[in-house]
Amino acid sequence: MPGTLWAIAEAGPDGHLTKLSAEVATLVRGLGATAGRDVAGVVTGAPGAVAAVAAELAAYLPRVVAVEAAAAAASPIAALAAQGAVQATGADTDASLFLGNSPDGRDTAGFLMAALGVGVISNAGGVAWDSGPVAEKGVFGGRLITTSSFADGHGIVTVPLGSVPAEAAASSGVVETVALAGAGAAPAVKVLERVSEAAGAVQIEEAKIIVSGGRGVGGAEGFAIVAELAEALGGAVAASRAAVDVGWIPYARQVGQTGKIVKPEVYIALGISGAVQHKVGMQGARTIVAVNTDPDAPIAEFADLFVIGNLFDIVPALVAELQAHKA
Amino acid sequence: MKIVILAKPVPDATGQERLGPDLRLDRAAIPPVINGNDEYCLEAALRLRDAGAEVSITLLAMAGAFGPDALRKGLAMGADNAYLVSDPALAGSDAWTTARVLAAALAKLEFDLVLAGVDSSDGNGGVVAAALASLSGLPYLSYATSITPDGDKVRIKRFSATGYDVLEAPLPALITGMQALGEPRYPTLRGIMGARSKTITTWALADLGIDPATVGGESAASRVSTFSIPDARSAARVVRDPAPIAAKLIVDFLVERRAI
Ligand SMILES: Cc1cc2nc3c(=O)[nH]c(=O)nc-3n(C[C@H](O)[C@H](O)[C@H](O)COP(=O)(O)OP(=O)(O)OC[C@H]3O[C@@H](n4cnc5c(N)ncnc54)[C@H](O)[C@@H]3O)c2cc1C
Ligand SMILES: Nc1ncnc2c1ncn2[C@@H]1O[C@H](COP(=O)(O)O)[C@@H](O)[C@H]1O
Repeated sequence: MPGTLWAIAEAGPDGHLTKLSAEVATLVRGLGATAGRDVAGVVTGAPGAVAAVAAELAAYLPRVVAVEAAAAAASPIAALAAQGAVQATGADTDASLFLGNSPDGRDTAGFLMAALGVGVISNAGGVAWDSGPVAEKGVFGGRLITTSSFADGHGIVTVPLGSVPAEAAASSGVVETVALAGAGAAPAVKVLERVSEAAGAVQIEEAKIIVSGGRGVGGAEGFAIVAELAEALGGAVAASRAAVDVGWIPYARQVGQTGKIVKPEVYIALGISGAVQHKVGMQGARTIVAVNTDPDAPIAEFADLFVIGNLFDIVPALVAELQAHKA
Repeated sequence: MKIVILAKPVPDATGQERLGPDLRLDRAAIPPVINGNDEYCLEAALRLRDAGAEVSITLLAMAGAFGPDALRKGLAMGADNAYLVSDPALAGSDAWTTARVLAAALAKLEFDLVLAGVDSSDGNGGVVAAALASLSGLPYLSYATSITPDGDKVRIKRFSATGYDVLEAPLPALITGMQALGEPRYPTLRGIMGARSKTITTWALADLGIDPATVGGESAASRVSTFSIPDARSAARVVRDPAPIAAKLIVDFLVERRAI
């Protein structure tokens, strides 16, 4: 059936379907029901590895195409994922394609835009249907919200984390496995090595509770008390750019315009002033608590609870209070 | 080594005035700057030069009349010259058009390496560079946290969710970069003076052989229909009590919000 809605999924570093891809698949299924369109998923990966991801994706969608690409073991996935998606969606020139707004998802969307010559609406936090996808997104650091659609009713949409909760379908779909045609035409870019530095640590995008430290934390040692609070809450540690720039914590933990966009239930900002480039990354949190010595810190303007005080006094007291609360 | 930097002029994110009377972004009211991620790429190129490599650096942008102001700063930082694609017909262009126009401009330039930002701070698209690499037939290496040219090849460290990947490709290639490449330098007074005599060449669509009917808002594949200002969060509850009381109030608040 023409005009199928496709979720282009990806695997995480652990080899499983990412949470973001599960959300994209859920979104696509919902849109398909509203629009009366067929929905399907596609995932491209190394033979052997891709089958498990496709099976996970099939929990969300009635039909999944698993594209086996031998080159995936030694080259970046995006170019291959785009070829796989083009192959799976085939002659359906009215299809709309949905991807997660992750690095690989965005790269894949860029390649697909060039391959299909269609438009992209990126980072669409809210997607509805009105004879085609209609997307709401924040631009200019969230200061403005725009509503966009495609001139001819179809295109490519990238979706940030947390736009809908992932929810499996009532029954699992069928998986059809195909080989990537032309075997992915020997990509010029080779992966020489994959280095894992933070395996096991909770990814901040996936965390429900985030405790984030800024320049006010004062040093790498100061992050020990940030981590203590995160542990007491069962959350993940993040940081502002000021803390990353001086090397107190790795870049992978940075929240903001040039770091990660997060959308946790709770974001606790310790010693963070709330510069606009930081705000962009965390303003989607459901509840924001800030601890700051400066009553005029900009973060007071968008926190839900603003605690004026020294984090070195407040945080230990808070950890003790949380332990008492649990007991 | 010849390096082209894609340097997108964007409104300064710290500016306050965002909307004109027509409820559209009033670009003229906001001083333009080079997109942050593009500036990191320029810094990476300048560091290759500092390290002793013979490097020429060309800035390339597609922008309106405000373009030269932003590019001037890149020239003051140390880029050698700039090309600006500017044409009234381009107003309202989408990412797909941007990629096609930049591809046509690149085809007129000589280079070993093209550097672009992983995304732009105004639209946050993050899709133009991959499309451009595809249209220009260039190997694409993205999310670089370091860039190491090596003879007729280039290696990068690519940021990954758990660490980094080391990627390699033959030159010429297109790389996208970001903050981890290094804090951009401030232009020196000498740099600012020197920038005045560097050339910014402006190309119209006719110079690139592009039919004006195929670009701009009228032919854009994606269209913005409405602009609105998000609801502000309601005012924060403020706590000024000593630590033990403040701690209790924070826990109460989290419980009240069903957050813990
Ligand atoms: C292109 C570009 C991209 C950027 N991208 C990002 C990004 O992705 N993420 C990001 O975070 N920033 C980003 N920035 C930087 C941003 O503008 C700010 O400089 C940065 O967020 C400041 O970090 P901070 O709040 O930790 O530090 P500061 O602004 O220095 O604030 C420190 C705060 O700690 C408080 N404090 C000090 N001591 C204590 C104490 N003992 N107890 C409690 N409070 C205390 C102070 O009152 C102050 O409010 C970017 C900037 C640019 C130009
Ligand atoms: N109009 C433009 N002029 C120059 N470079 C651009 C332009 N648009 C996008 N780019 C480049 O492509 C990158 C990604 O842009 P985007 O896909 O719009 O987020 C930017 O960081 C720039 O390096």
